[in-house]
Amino acid sequence: MADLVLTTSVLEETKIQIENVLIKAGVNTVILIDEAGNVVAACGHRTCDLDTTSLAALAAANFGVTSQIAKLIGEDDFALLFHKGKKDSIHFARISTDLILVTIFGENVSLGLVRLRVAQLAKTIEKAFGQNN
Amino acid sequence: MALINLSKKEIHCKIVYYGPGRCGKTTNLLYIYNAMNNQARSKMLTIETKGERTLFFDLLPLNLGKINGFDIRIQLYTVPGQVIYEATRKLVLKGVDGLVFVADCLKVRREKNRESFQDLHRNLFEYNLTTEEIPIVLQFNKCDLVPTPIPTLTKEELEVDLNSELNTKVFEAAAIKGIGVFETLKEISKRTIHYVATKHLSINH
Repeated sequence: MADLVLTTSVLEETKIQIENVLIKAGVNTVILIDEAGNVVAACGHRTCDLDTTSLAALAAANFGVTSQIAKLIGEDDFALLFHKGKKDSIHFARISTDLILVTIFGENVSLGLVRLRVAQLAKTIEKAFGQNN
Repeated sequence: MALINLSKKEIHCKIVYYGPGRCGKTTNLLYIYNAMNNQARSKMLTIETKGERTLFFDLLPLNLGKINGFDIRIQLYTVPGQVIYEATRKLVLKGVDGLVFVADCLKVRREKNRESFQDLHRNLFEYNLTTEEIPIVLQFNKCDLVPTPIPTLTKEELEVDLNSELNTKVFEAAAIKGIGVFETLKEISKRTIHYVATKHLSINH
């Protein structure tokens, strides 16, 4: 697992993409993290009052755990990792091998739209980080 | 896996406290949490479980100030020590930049120390890492029990078991009283930042 060095240009480009593709679609908060649980980028309305450090650590752990569960039942990985709450829901998606995109959204946004936009965003981020490293 | 954010000028490193069950890994973190001021520390995250054992991990994020204009942010993790939680330990080790191996000074725990140390090597190997590459320090915890009638291991015995090949710095500690806790943290932070910085940035001190 290589260290991640973030340049300003990649980070800014990633944030713009997250804003355009997900935040503008009505998503509350998007956090891009690495598999070690570090916050790479946080966007959205609630990032100030959210404990992003803890969320990143737990999200990375959650992702790791579900991958292990998948392996136990003979799957490589689960394609959809999603928790539904009363008001807010959270969606996790792997981007390339080292990054995880965490999307928090309310009832006003459908899961289908989130999945579609995340899939679209994943390609852009993967390309940006691929060129970076 | 350190994260170096050139935009915010931040370096994030992950230090994992490893060791057998009940050796005092969480106690180390709790002492650091209670002793540091609010500006330097963030909220300590402990995953609620029944009883005192760590089921998944504890996390304590710290800000260690600036070096060469970079904000140093360190995340301290503990692993569950009990043998059966091997899969979880491996997950927590993902992206580790520095290690503290906490050994238990109690004589009855000698075998557990060795087992955990071997387990650490095995798990690191699966991430293509070795203790020669990753910064590591040893902490011999519960040294305050040495003068009591409870049978304890001598420093030499622990050195033979754990440090004969490693040859790293050793700290005698009593984490519950805070003895040796900050000395250990200081040394591993220094080594970890040096390791990360020399790899990626032109910082040699």
